[in-house]
Amino acid sequence: MTTTTKNAIFARRHLLTCEGLSAGEITALLDIADRAADTNRQVNKNRDILKGRSLVNLFFEASTRTQSSFEMAAKRLGADVLNMNVATSSVSKGETLIDTAMTLNAMRPDILVVRHHAAGAVELLSQKVDCSVINAGDGAHQHPTQALLDALTIRRAKGRIAGLQVAICGDILHSRVARSNIDVLNTMGARVRVIAPSTLLPPAIDRLGVEVFTDMNKGLEGCDIVMMLRLQRERMNGSFVPSTREFYHYFGLDHEKLARAKPDALIMHPGPMNRGVEIASTVADHARSVIREQVEMGVAVRMAVLEALARQLPNQ
Amino acid sequence: MRTSKVQPAQPSTEVTAFINARLIDPASGRDEPGGLLVKDGIIADLGGHLRRNAPDGATVVDCRNNVLCPGLIDAQVFMGEPGQEHRETLKTASHAAAAGGVTTIIVMPDTKPVIDQVALVDFIQRRGRDNAIVNVHVMAAATRELKGEEITEIGLLKRTGAVAFTNGKSTITNTRTMRQVLNYAKDFGALVVHHTEDPYLSGNGAMNSGEASTRLGIPGVHKFAETIVIERDVRLTEMTRGRYHAATISCEESLAVIRAAKAKGLGVTCGVSINHLTLNENDIGPYRTFFKLRPPLRAESDRAAMVRGVESGDIDIIVSSHDPQDVDVKRQPFAEAADGAIGLETLLAAALRLHHNQNVNLVALLRAMTSNPAKLFGLASGRLEKGAPADLIVVDLEQPWVVDKALLKSRSKNTPFDERKMMGRVLRTMVAGETVYQYAGAAG
Repeated sequence: MTTTTKNAIFARRHLLTCEGLSAGEITALLDIADRAADTNRQVNKNRDILKGRSLVNLFFEASTRTQSSFEMAAKRLGADVLNMNVATSSVSKGETLIDTAMTLNAMRPDILVVRHHAAGAVELLSQKVDCSVINAGDGAHQHPTQALLDALTIRRAKGRIAGLQVAICGDILHSRVARSNIDVLNTMGARVRVIAPSTLLPPAIDRLGVEVFTDMNKGLEGCDIVMMLRLQRERMNGSFVPSTREFYHYFGLDHEKLARAKPDALIMHPGPMNRGVEIASTVADHARSVIREQVEMGVAVRMAVLEALARQLPNQ
Repeated sequence: MRTSKVQPAQPSTEVTAFINARLIDPASGRDEPGGLLVKDGIIADLGGHLRRNAPDGATVVDCRNNVLCPGLIDAQVFMGEPGQEHRETLKTASHAAAAGGVTTIIVMPDTKPVIDQVALVDFIQRRGRDNAIVNVHVMAAATRELKGEEITEIGLLKRTGAVAFTNGKSTITNTRTMRQVLNYAKDFGALVVHHTEDPYLSGNGAMNSGEASTRLGIPGVHKFAETIVIERDVRLTEMTRGRYHAATISCEESLAVIRAAKAKGLGVTCGVSINHLTLNENDIGPYRTFFKLRPPLRAESDRAAMVRGVESGDIDIIVSSHDPQDVDVKRQPFAEAADGAIGLETLLAAALRLHHNQNVNLVALLRAMTSNPAKLFGLASGRLEKGAPADLIVVDLEQPWVVDKALLKSRSKNTPFDERKMMGRVLRTMVAGETVYQYAGAAG
């Protein structure tokens, strides 16, 4: 299917959400990322597409893998990278989000990578700066590069996305990963199911074009992809689910439940994993687990996004 | 009549004659061509016989067949004075009110400090008298500091002039306290106005719960968080036989509960904000915080139900729910931004959209903003009647204009109607016989 959309391009200034991205745009990004992934496996991985450009990682929420993945991607493309450590910055002294954005903007970065705990915060910030902005996660809203790296991982392993049956399991309510994946997978023609206890399902989630299951055994029936989500520790103590033990019993991915999916079903997780809470340790390390490949594709997809956005940057 | 508008030391004996008017009196249902005479701050006479006749020496206002009706009474105005004067003062709010055709504002006690004492009611009344160009009335706190725990001096507060009692923007969650408030207020014939949202159920919700909130990743507030409280309150009203008013309902199910309570003969009434009559949750779009309100904007079907409720009279009053917020608290991520929208200056024009676009009966609309609130809060204004205060507006129903927030008179600019096309303009606003606003482009 890539051949039919070879000419599609991604021509946006920001990457804020997966909602509204066309199949052509997604395919264009995945094609670039595919090539980047191959380059990344060679000895000399460095290119100079972003030479002279500067990228700022602005993370209001702690992150290890996403932040380092963006840093790696940017450096491989030749950009200068600044990691803003928000814990020691003026943000903790009461400076508003807008003021922080304006301050950074005055330093004239080319690309701003932002993670924030509030939905919509990254979009708000993008309205106040002159550079390109990438949403690296805003509250329970969106995490576009995660959905794109998941799509790339699936496409490389299965050769396609269209027609696949994908189950997203766990804390859908609070998950930006779930929302982004629902958008991308639906756009690319996959059939998406969500599996969770009712307390972890957002209202009217079926209106987003997914099938809803509260019984994991039924929900995994015939699936090509099993995508697990992380359950935050603070939600395991009776506010959303009574205990980790009960959650694991009904919604943890173990071999027995996995057997309901297709024999060649892939196992995915955006990380970081809670082994023994949402996923059995041996399932996480299963031969069909592509969790480590997801991390690898993360760098490739972020390189692709940076490259696509860089093409839109002014050149004078 | 309790009014804090000061009477001039020497009452003006000047007579103002409005001629060529379309007289609309929502209280009586009158809608006919005619004229009206104002003398000593009150309506001296009105009717068809005055259509073209003005007494000698009178100041003549030719209405040019435009509407002459009672000035609006807005029963939910949040105030920055005292304590947050950078958002709004009684003076700035009153200028916005006058420009919007609102001649009486009832200010809410959610200020710093909270209006929960006699001296503070007195303070607002004095400031209103000295600085405001429209009538200012006070709705006092029903519980100390609005904490929902101890009842205030309802008797003394009412004697000082408080027109009703409320817990402001918060709900009295303790059922026993709510019972005591209703029970105690009943002895003074005092009205209890309640914001109805179960905070436990709504949690950290920031918009209506549904597909839109799920897409935006914003925690939702289920509409039943409102209905559940109203159901409880109706039972408590039945228990105490008090007077209860649900401040601003927002969904069809809440309206059904109110309707049933009225059918039972209980002293239950309700209001709706102009926002919930003219906007819905989809207006939030990509996190527009000027549409972040309490109660939150609901689904289109709920909005339509609210409009039908006004037409049928099941919803008693329309309020602006004017809530001035500055840029700093609005220019935030959606869930962290302050709730509220200004509305005094756009109340009438927004209501007229319903008349123009959805054919809602004009008299029913005006009734919900004039005679109904007057009756509910015991005010003498809100009607065209001999002897009533001359709180009047002249309105050109057809005049088009576009809302420009920079031109609004409120000190805060958080209007959800910025750049919206309106039809219907206030040409003149008179309070107690004095013209306090005149549209610059108006000839009349």
